[in-house]
Amino acid sequence: MDSFKKITSIVTPLDKVNVDTDQIVPKQFLKLVQKSGFGKFLFFNWRYDEQENEKSDFVLNDTKYKNSQILVAGDNFGCGSSREHAVWALLDYGFAVIIAPSFADIFFSNCFKNGVLPITLEQKIVEKLLQETGTIEVDLENQIIKTPSSEISFEIDSYQKKVLLEGLDDISITFQYEDKISDFEKQSKIPSVL
Amino acid sequence: MGKTLFEKIWESHIVVEKQNNPSLIYVDRHLVHEVTSPQAFEGLRMNNRKVRRPDLTIATMDHNVPTTDRSLPILDQTSSVQIKTLEKNCKDFGIKLFDIDSPNQGIVHVIGPQLGITLPGSTIVCGDSHTSTHGAFGALALGIGTSDVEHVLASQTMWLEKPKPFEIRVEGKRKNPHAVTAKDIVLSIIKNIGTGGGTGTVIEYRGEGITDLSMEQRMTICNMSIEAGARAGLIAPDEKTFDYLRDREYTPKNYESLVDSWRDDLKTDSDAKFEKEFTLHIDDIAPQVSWGTNPGMTCNVTDSIPSPDEFSNGDANQKRGAEKALEYMALEPGTLVEDIKIDRVFIGSCTNARLEDLIAASKVIKGQKISSHVQAMVVPGSQMVKKQAEEMGLDKIFIDANFEWREAGCSMCLGMNPDILSPGERCASTSNRNFEGRQGTGGQTHLVSPVMAAAAAIHGHFVDVRKMDLN
Repeated sequence: MDSFKKITSIVTPLDKVNVDTDQIVPKQFLKLVQKSGFGKFLFFNWRYDEQENEKSDFVLNDTKYKNSQILVAGDNFGCGSSREHAVWALLDYGFAVIIAPSFADIFFSNCFKNGVLPITLEQKIVEKLLQETGTIEVDLENQIIKTPSSEISFEIDSYQKKVLLEGLDDISITFQYEDKISDFEKQSKIPSVL
Repeated sequence: MGKTLFEKIWESHIVVEKQNNPSLIYVDRHLVHEVTSPQAFEGLRMNNRKVRRPDLTIATMDHNVPTTDRSLPILDQTSSVQIKTLEKNCKDFGIKLFDIDSPNQGIVHVIGPQLGITLPGSTIVCGDSHTSTHGAFGALALGIGTSDVEHVLASQTMWLEKPKPFEIRVEGKRKNPHAVTAKDIVLSIIKNIGTGGGTGTVIEYRGEGITDLSMEQRMTICNMSIEAGARAGLIAPDEKTFDYLRDREYTPKNYESLVDSWRDDLKTDSDAKFEKEFTLHIDDIAPQVSWGTNPGMTCNVTDSIPSPDEFSNGDANQKRGAEKALEYMALEPGTLVEDIKIDRVFIGSCTNARLEDLIAASKVIKGQKISSHVQAMVVPGSQMVKKQAEEMGLDKIFIDANFEWREAGCSMCLGMNPDILSPGERCASTSNRNFEGRQGTGGQTHLVSPVMAAAAAIHGHFVDVRKMDLN
């Protein structure tokens, strides 16, 4: 995984609550066996009509957001299915930061595994960011978002922060505890399936 | 201070604990399916890693398998590739697979309990959000993403932030338990606490309204915990739990001694504290029907469709969400739910496709025909459920009523296989999600119980099943 760098970009405002992972990547695109190339399926049913023409009223189809790396959305973003394809699609499309008042747990966890930074902020601040037209900077190291008119600090778990900043592979980290896993297995009372 | 059941299971599975950081948790059972695993196995290959505990890992194919004649080739090439990829991965990494021809094939959350793989007090993970189903047995059962699938395959552990315990008490007795079901209880809970109401928590369902339920009904409750946003849902095991798992194909040999320890250990202490609480009284609840595009948008069958103002309680974002939902669902506020005509009926999914569900639905339709403008199908949750149902003659009841009787799989719950709604088709579905396009692009889903779905199939519109004789 690449290490997370400072992100400087305008925000893409997706002013919707309860955006579920079925909307982020519809089920017909879950049949691929690789992680790459999901960006073109991102928000597919909102982006395209039945003839697969772009819908002009959907925010991602507005050319001014084409190079945006920051998505701002409403409450409970990423709810529903555990499909990590949702994060692969956001990342492949170009988003590195997602900001919302709250996230669904599995989606939130999936973000960190792929170098995407989910930031939880108060509803009032998110509402201001949804209106922000200037370039903003997301500085993970210092946990600060700089907008043209303000500085907003954000919270993040120190372990997840380290994983992102250093681009760590958490399986390698876990393997450092192999002795502890073996010790656990020796005393486990739950028998094997077979 | 005492501990909750969740805290006891959590603490007994900690491999590495870190203050204010995720802990490393041991996984006792890993269930694998074709859709969320290929990239995980590929990750293992790229890093030259193996599966640490193939003996704790079980795979099946359920999400995109066709539910029609299994002797025919799979026409969808990408589905076929995904299914063959799972076969190869299980062979290469030494994992037991119940493939498309196995009598044990089925929806992963239906076969786990049926085979005695699901055990009380254990930790169970699967790359599927409805893994919460297994919590009905007093297991800590978590849906995970593909990176965690890879992590568990490689290490049999996962890093997890400790969720908070949430008590949901279900009190009272349903006046008509044949008409008001576990599905109606869980939809009522989500209607009240919202789709984000359980975020960051593990729900423990308690109270008379829960202990009264059969194991299959408890699975329906725990299954939909994720629709309230919870990390997991669980129910303390009791004699019903232990009886259900006894003498299954994969029940452990030392089962009775395990049961002895579970009886003592697997319960919430009387002085334990939950961080959040909610109580639902079920004496007077009605059958539920979802009207919107998330499971929290649900009302009584006797209600009319709410206006966005009524629904949102002054929250502007929720109001806009409700407006969008009504537009997508092509419904007008004020329309009586019983006046909503339906085109399709789907009885299936990990929520409601077990034997009891099929028995309940068959009682509603026995000797009748479905409405002439309705197309209806039954997709049993597993091949074992299908066989049991056929031995009872249920297939004949459904077929005589003009239902299609299919092979097991996830089917039209998420429409990854050919079983989908066409744009504008309205479906009464026993599944768990009414998201936009979930059952097919432009399809309109109403979540209901199996008896409500069966009654809607007969009448062509929703009806209050409390008015029917279901005994």
